[in-house]
Amino acid sequence: MTRPHSRSRTGHDKAAQAVVSRRVAMFTLGTAALACGLPLRATAQSPDAAAALVSRAVGDVLGIINSGRSESAMLREFERIFRDYADVPIIAQSVVGPQWRGASDADRRAFIAAFQSYMARKYGRRFREFIGGEITVTGTRQVRNFVEVISTVRVTGTAPFEVRWLVSDGSGQTRFFNMIIEGVNLMITERSEIGAMLDARGGDLGRLAADLRSMG
Amino acid sequence: MASCGPATLPPGDSIDDASEFQNRAMHRFNLSLDRALVGPAADAYGTVVPTPLRRGVTNFASNLNQPGYVLNDLLQLRVGDAAQNTLRFAINSTIGIGGLLDPATAIGLPAAETDFGETMHVYGLGEGDYHVLPVFGPSTTRDSVGLVVDFALNPLRHVVEPPETGYLAGTRVLARFGDRHDFAGSIEDVLYRSEDSYTALRSLYLQNRRFELRGDDADYFDPYSDEAVASDPTGEALSDPYSDPYFDPYSQ
Repeated sequence: MTRPHSRSRTGHDKAAQAVVSRRVAMFTLGTAALACGLPLRATAQSPDAAAALVSRAVGDVLGIINSGRSESAMLREFERIFRDYADVPIIAQSVVGPQWRGASDADRRAFIAAFQSYMARKYGRRFREFIGGEITVTGTRQVRNFVEVISTVRVTGTAPFEVRWLVSDGSGQTRFFNMIIEGVNLMITERSEIGAMLDARGGDLGRLAADLRSMG
Repeated sequence: MASCGPATLPPGDSIDDASEFQNRAMHRFNLSLDRALVGPAADAYGTVVPTPLRRGVTNFASNLNQPGYVLNDLLQLRVGDAAQNTLRFAINSTIGIGGLLDPATAIGLPAAETDFGETMHVYGLGEGDYHVLPVFGPSTTRDSVGLVVDFALNPLRHVVEPPETGYLAGTRVLARFGDRHDFAGSIEDVLYRSEDSYTALRSLYLQNRRFELRGDDADYFDPYSDEAVASDPTGEALSDPYSDPYFDPYSQ
């Protein structure tokens, strides 16, 4: 969004006026949309905000990996990063699939919490392989209502590989909701894994939430 | 087959596994082979042989693949890749001391890996069914055929004679042991710590293989998208969000 921006006073006033009248126009449009029952998810996600989110997440992860702290301390930090930068509830819900609808609120909450620490443990242990590595954001691509952020990982001893992050503000905040590493989609992969675990427990989300605490 | 252009790639979660029963048996065999032989041998190789020497072996084995890549590049009419792989082979075989070093990657000429399975994909052949091969592991009908053709076509096979062919095969095996050692953590997570290692490996293999063949134009499911809500007010779409790898959960 480029906004008319002028340093001169009159220009500034004009810009302010334009912003105010635009707000009025937006409000009118908004009420009109509401009245007509149109979906109100109009804001296009900004690619820059998405790229910034990924850069911050990656910076935090690399900082922790190279901090030389104990593994358990690192895993706690990874969980915090996952909670802060990812939309954990929507990932948990998507990974569970249709059985989400039949589950109680308490089971859903318990599962989200257990899933969050399970993911941090499972993938956090692998992050140590990136010690001394470098992750750079190389591009963004608008896909429908969300942004794909493309990053390249360079670790000594292996060919550079690509990690893509799907970032959306659909939750009200800019968060990533999927990760694709060399074509391997985190949601698809975890859905197969969590799906097998759910099947083994007769589809009982509460029981899986309890068991998940010691897994990963 | 009748159409021109590459075959259509199935979405990430779509799996054709007609012979799952036999595949699972083969998977169990491969797991016991890894447990009894490949895992321990790779560990020993990784522990005994110092990293620079192992890297030399990996580079050497990788360089041997280059002529096969070039051949497939030409069959796919990918002239740029053919040139890159040829130049890479020339540089690494000379300045790189017969392929032990990899100066080509350092100057921006990484291996553009390919195989006859990809050539068939480019010609419009679909992947077929999922297959688990003995020792080699996950594959598809098309890629199993590709493996055989690549072996038969390999230009090096026609210029190298025994016993050198045996040495070359040996370095390939050692290079695989090196990978098994270097990625032991990730490999063992999938093989021995997942809920169902068969489905986990199948999913990882098919997703990654389709990514290799697809290039850059993936599409994803959007769990947040308005269309999903509009077309599915009860949230039924959640039952299969993965038919679209760019699934957007916020579309619900």
